[in-house]
Amino acid sequence: MVRLIVRRLALGILTIVLVSGIIFVGVEALPGDTCTAYLGRAAQGTRLDNCRRDFGLERPALTRYAVWALGAVHGDFGVSLKRKTPISEIVGIRFRNTVILGVTASLVGVPLAILLGIFAALWRDRPPDLWVSTAAICAMTIPEFVTSTVLILIFSIWLGWLPGIVTTPPDAPLFEFLSDIILPIIALALVMTAHILRMVRTSVIDVMASDYVQMAQLKGVPYWRIVFRHVLPNALLPTINLVALTIAWLLGGTVVIEVVFNYPGLGRLMIQAIFFRDLAMVQAIALILATLYVGLNLFADLLTLVANPRLRTMKT
Amino acid sequence: MTVTTNIEPVKPKSALARLLAVVLAMASRPSGLVGLVLVAFHIVLAIVSPAIAPYDFKELSAQLILNSPSAEHWFGTDNLGRDVFTRTMLGGRQAILVTTISTVLAITWGGLLGVLLGLVGGRLDEFLMRLVDAFLSLPWILVLLLIVVMIGFTPGVLILTLGFFYGIPVIRMARAATHDVVALDFVTAARARGESRFTIVRKELLPNVLDVLLVEGAMRWSWMLLAFSSLSFLGFGVTPPTPDWGLMISDARSFMSFAPWAALAPVVALSSLIIGINLSADALAKAIGIDRAQQAPV
Repeated sequence: MVRLIVRRLALGILTIVLVSGIIFVGVEALPGDTCTAYLGRAAQGTRLDNCRRDFGLERPALTRYAVWALGAVHGDFGVSLKRKTPISEIVGIRFRNTVILGVTASLVGVPLAILLGIFAALWRDRPPDLWVSTAAICAMTIPEFVTSTVLILIFSIWLGWLPGIVTTPPDAPLFEFLSDIILPIIALALVMTAHILRMVRTSVIDVMASDYVQMAQLKGVPYWRIVFRHVLPNALLPTINLVALTIAWLLGGTVVIEVVFNYPGLGRLMIQAIFFRDLAMVQAIALILATLYVGLNLFADLLTLVANPRLRTMKT
Repeated sequence: MTVTTNIEPVKPKSALARLLAVVLAMASRPSGLVGLVLVAFHIVLAIVSPAIAPYDFKELSAQLILNSPSAEHWFGTDNLGRDVFTRTMLGGRQAILVTTISTVLAITWGGLLGVLLGLVGGRLDEFLMRLVDAFLSLPWILVLLLIVVMIGFTPGVLILTLGFFYGIPVIRMARAATHDVVALDFVTAARARGESRFTIVRKELLPNVLDVLLVEGAMRWSWMLLAFSSLSFLGFGVTPPTPDWGLMISDARSFMSFAPWAALAPVVALSSLIIGINLSADALAKAIGIDRAQQAPV
């Protein structure tokens, strides 16, 4: 058991190291560097050389990677070109805002998805399931900016109930975000619910078809007792991983939602950084988001391990 | 006593007959039929729209700014007085062209590499799968934006970028599907016959993995449309004045309170195509017996 956890942790750390490598090499391999982006048209001759020396770009790539990675471990991501301030100062509060968005959307989305998923599975291939499943496909694959736009059109323009864009400053206290954040949460929760619902549905259907459930039916165990005692615990366990994977993957979607609603999160910061070619900032945000993804996955794996005794003796 | 076995050899059906059978099976469900019709409609429209569009898509008109829908302009006009109906008709062409080519690209390279890794295994396989995991833990939009911004957003770059990036999850799918097949007797038999690896991949593995790849391809297509239109919504995709749904929605948002039609038309067009693809993909999965909901989103 301990060995399994240690192994899993090591694997997670290895993935993060690989990711940092990919990010570094990726940014390195693209045409242009920090200085050509910074100086623009003036990027030639001595000015370019001076700038490169100031930023330490003339050192070998491996040294720069080591310096960058070591700094990142200590929470120092270097200086933002555009804003001339340390990246860690800007990123912190934006990170909090994105986490708020993600957590609240999950609090709404995950329970709803589990309920709807079970509901769809128990009424499999009958009208309730068909409606829920079809709605899920639509919510899942229509781009976030489309659903967000429609939400704004309905709730803030036609009905006038909620603000269509966030005007609260990034570092405002939590409760001031409340009314602003409702539409972004709905937009994110919609996609999340759809993804997780489909996984829960499949998982429940699989377990319902298993031998021991059939056995229970033959013994005459009441239907709802089978559902609650035999099916649900076994069906929901494997979805923990998929839920974590989905939530992490939806980080890509929050970027678009943040832009649509003008929400001061990490995603919008990232788009701005890319727009201004603020490469140090881009690297930092990429690394943070990737670490969040790996961390969530790791957490889900450990949770499954704790909740499911069968996995503890399994050889991996 | 002798037992006479009298088994007729099963005649392999031609590819065309098989395709027809699958399409018929897809169309036999109402949702599959709706999906197929939607996709066919959009593809046909993308091909013929330049010939049948009622107006010039870039024709500006000071008199027609933000007109509401009328007999002349069915979907009204936008903030520059351009006909929204015309622009909506043409707005999917680039998206459909780019994403279709990159889907084929992604399925081809991801599928081949995945099958090979599934067959070969070993150190190389382990290392590349770690790399795949690492790649997938980066937010997709970040990777796409970075490449597109640094190299430039021409259709060619978009095709290659999308094709490369969305091929990565295909590797994993194809590899898993190969693992299911590789242990079966006919592959062992082929090995025992001394077939080369190339022949095993081509004759034994690919035909068996093809079903999974087809469904995967249909799914990838809708993700790519999502990605492509998100990019152009954010301003990193199609360059104006070329009409594109994502860009049109982005432009129309600023005057949505007085001219909702300019946003709604591309919203409906894009959504209907994506829903169509997904309904078709679901029907395809059911027609060839794969449960697609089991797959992780990436």
